[in-house]
Amino acid sequence: MVDINQLVEIRWHGRGGQGAVTSAELLARAAIDEGKYAQAFPSFGPERRGAPVLSFVRVDSQQPIRTRAGIQEPDVVVVLDTTLLAITKITAGLKADGMVVINTRKPVKELRQEFGINCPLATVDATTIAREVLGIPITNTTMLGALVKATGIVKLESLEEPLKQRFGRLAERNIAAMKKAYQETSVKE
Amino acid sequence: MMAKRVGMEVSVAIGEAAKMANVDVVAAYPITPQTHIVEHLAELVADGELDAEYIPVESEHSAMSACLGSSAAGARTFTATAGQGLELMHEVLYVASSMRLPIVMTVANRALSAPLSVWGDHSDAMAVRDTGWIQLFTENGQEVVDNVLCAFRIAEDQRVLLPVMVHLDGFHLSHMIEPILLPEVEAVKRFIPPLKYPFPLDPLKPVSMGDFGPPFIYSEAKWAQEVKLREAKDVVVECWQEFGKQFQRHYSPVEEYRSEGADVLLLTMGSYSETAAAAIDKVRAEGKNIGLVRLRLWRPFPFAELRQKVSQARVLIVLDRALSIGGPVGPVCSEIRSALYGQAKQPKVVSIVGGLGGRDISVAGFEAIISRGIKVAEKGSRNEFEIFGVRE
Amino acid sequence: MPKKGENELTWRDLEIGGIVTEPGNASQYQTGDWRSQKPTYDFDRCIKCGLCQLFCPEGCVEPNSDGHFEADLYYCKGCGICARECWTKVITMVEEEG
Repeated sequence: MVDINQLVEIRWHGRGGQGAVTSAELLARAAIDEGKYAQAFPSFGPERRGAPVLSFVRVDSQQPIRTRAGIQEPDVVVVLDTTLLAITKITAGLKADGMVVINTRKPVKELRQEFGINCPLATVDATTIAREVLGIPITNTTMLGALVKATGIVKLESLEEPLKQRFGRLAERNIAAMKKAYQETSVKE
Repeated sequence: MMAKRVGMEVSVAIGEAAKMANVDVVAAYPITPQTHIVEHLAELVADGELDAEYIPVESEHSAMSACLGSSAAGARTFTATAGQGLELMHEVLYVASSMRLPIVMTVANRALSAPLSVWGDHSDAMAVRDTGWIQLFTENGQEVVDNVLCAFRIAEDQRVLLPVMVHLDGFHLSHMIEPILLPEVEAVKRFIPPLKYPFPLDPLKPVSMGDFGPPFIYSEAKWAQEVKLREAKDVVVECWQEFGKQFQRHYSPVEEYRSEGADVLLLTMGSYSETAAAAIDKVRAEGKNIGLVRLRLWRPFPFAELRQKVSQARVLIVLDRALSIGGPVGPVCSEIRSALYGQAKQPKVVSIVGGLGGRDISVAGFEAIISRGIKVAEKGSRNEFEIFGVRE
Repeated sequence: MPKKGENELTWRDLEIGGIVTEPGNASQYQTGDWRSQKPTYDFDRCIKCGLCQLFCPEGCVEPNSDGHFEADLYYCKGCGICARECWTKVITMVEEEG
């Protein structure tokens, strides 16, 4: 399992406009509010709606983070959009004891077979939750709930303040979606 | 109220720092990777949170020209740019420094075209090396915020009255969300006294600025500027000392990391220094006597401090994130060698160029740079300098 | 400090940024020295239209006490544009005498 007392490196896979960069930022802010050290950054460069994009988070509960280079060997990979599985090797560089958190409706067994994912795997149907709770299929805040369930990287309530600051009157629904995903996420070794 | 620790994008934090410094005028043109800085300032002005004039100009040349005017009028003036934008400002940068206008500018360092690159390196900074600005390099978000505050105090000091550039790595710093201690506004107010430009443009007391300098006076004018920029070093150091007293974070022209008595030294500038420090920890753990030196004050160049900190080493490996194409070694290394030339005791100085156009250098990368540097120092090389990581 | 000649000024004598604190001192500059010919006037023909004043590149033409337009010879460079443009032929350029 991912040891959250060490430096944890997380890579988010999404499509431009799905909020992968925002969720990375919100996670880092929650960790920092808890007194931890964190970095969040986008895959640097031009932003294009719909194109596959990456964002990154480092969290260290012990010491300031000095590495100023991209994350090549993440501990955790979060996938916002199931369709990315077919076009990207989302487990590329994943550490031996790393894990993957995926927004999907597919059964775990099928995912393992189809995409050769052998590591611990957390899944949740974030798209349905987002549609129901937010009214739009944007899954970035929903998937924060799944990530927290899978790793315990921050406390779920630590994300509430960053979400409120970021989304204002829309925060409540995003928090609700995040909490629902937290409850519904299943983690398989 | 205490200083507040917040998770914040470094660009936004720079905007907040300029707000705390209570700037009067911001004239800027957006360019990646600097855009978020001025975007945030535009927002603060539009929302009424910052009582300042925000002048949206049509180019960086105009941005710096507008800054000249506002600074000459005695207004506290801030701008930001990057890469090609800094190049477009080029000629006006000289005017700002030679007219002794205390403008503060952050530069989100970016490579220069072509090929088109929005990503970071130090090509833009090196191209404006001789423009007469005070120039500081920073390694993390906290340092950027602190040094933006210091920049106003240094620039506006009556003994200085020169513009200050604060360099931060594009993307690697500008786009990073990380913990930052935002000082208390009142403390910042005490730290940066009100601007008293001695000859503000005033219809009741007219002056001529930027006048003709015929051959009989041009050399005198330039020498006066040279002397002032060199003398500014003492004020920079004094400002950092005062900042340390008030805010408990300490800065100096040349900084060290585990370099005491080191046989081999690596010299870096900017945010990659942090990754380099992690590499030093690794090689030290292996029992190697290797340390790190970071150049923070780039202009005026800290000759004495540098000599004092590196002359005892056997090998000094200098990492440049820019090329001096067709010239000698990397631009920073070139200056280091020049500063050490003729010294009784000096290390063998090896030039390595890397991290161009946003390419990362990992901890392992820095370890490789160190071993390559030592090898070149011991065995020599046919090249004037080494380039790191280029595929053959 | 006694006023220094321009070739005696040191870098220490300069104001910050080379600022000139006595603006307008260009008016002391006697450009009339440059002249090799000067305007002469037959004011009987002058209709006080002021065209010569408009055309004078030096800006040194003003109405005199009678309202006739006349160049200030301290500044007049003797270019002759006023003579060329004066359509009632008031102005004649004549050689300056050594």
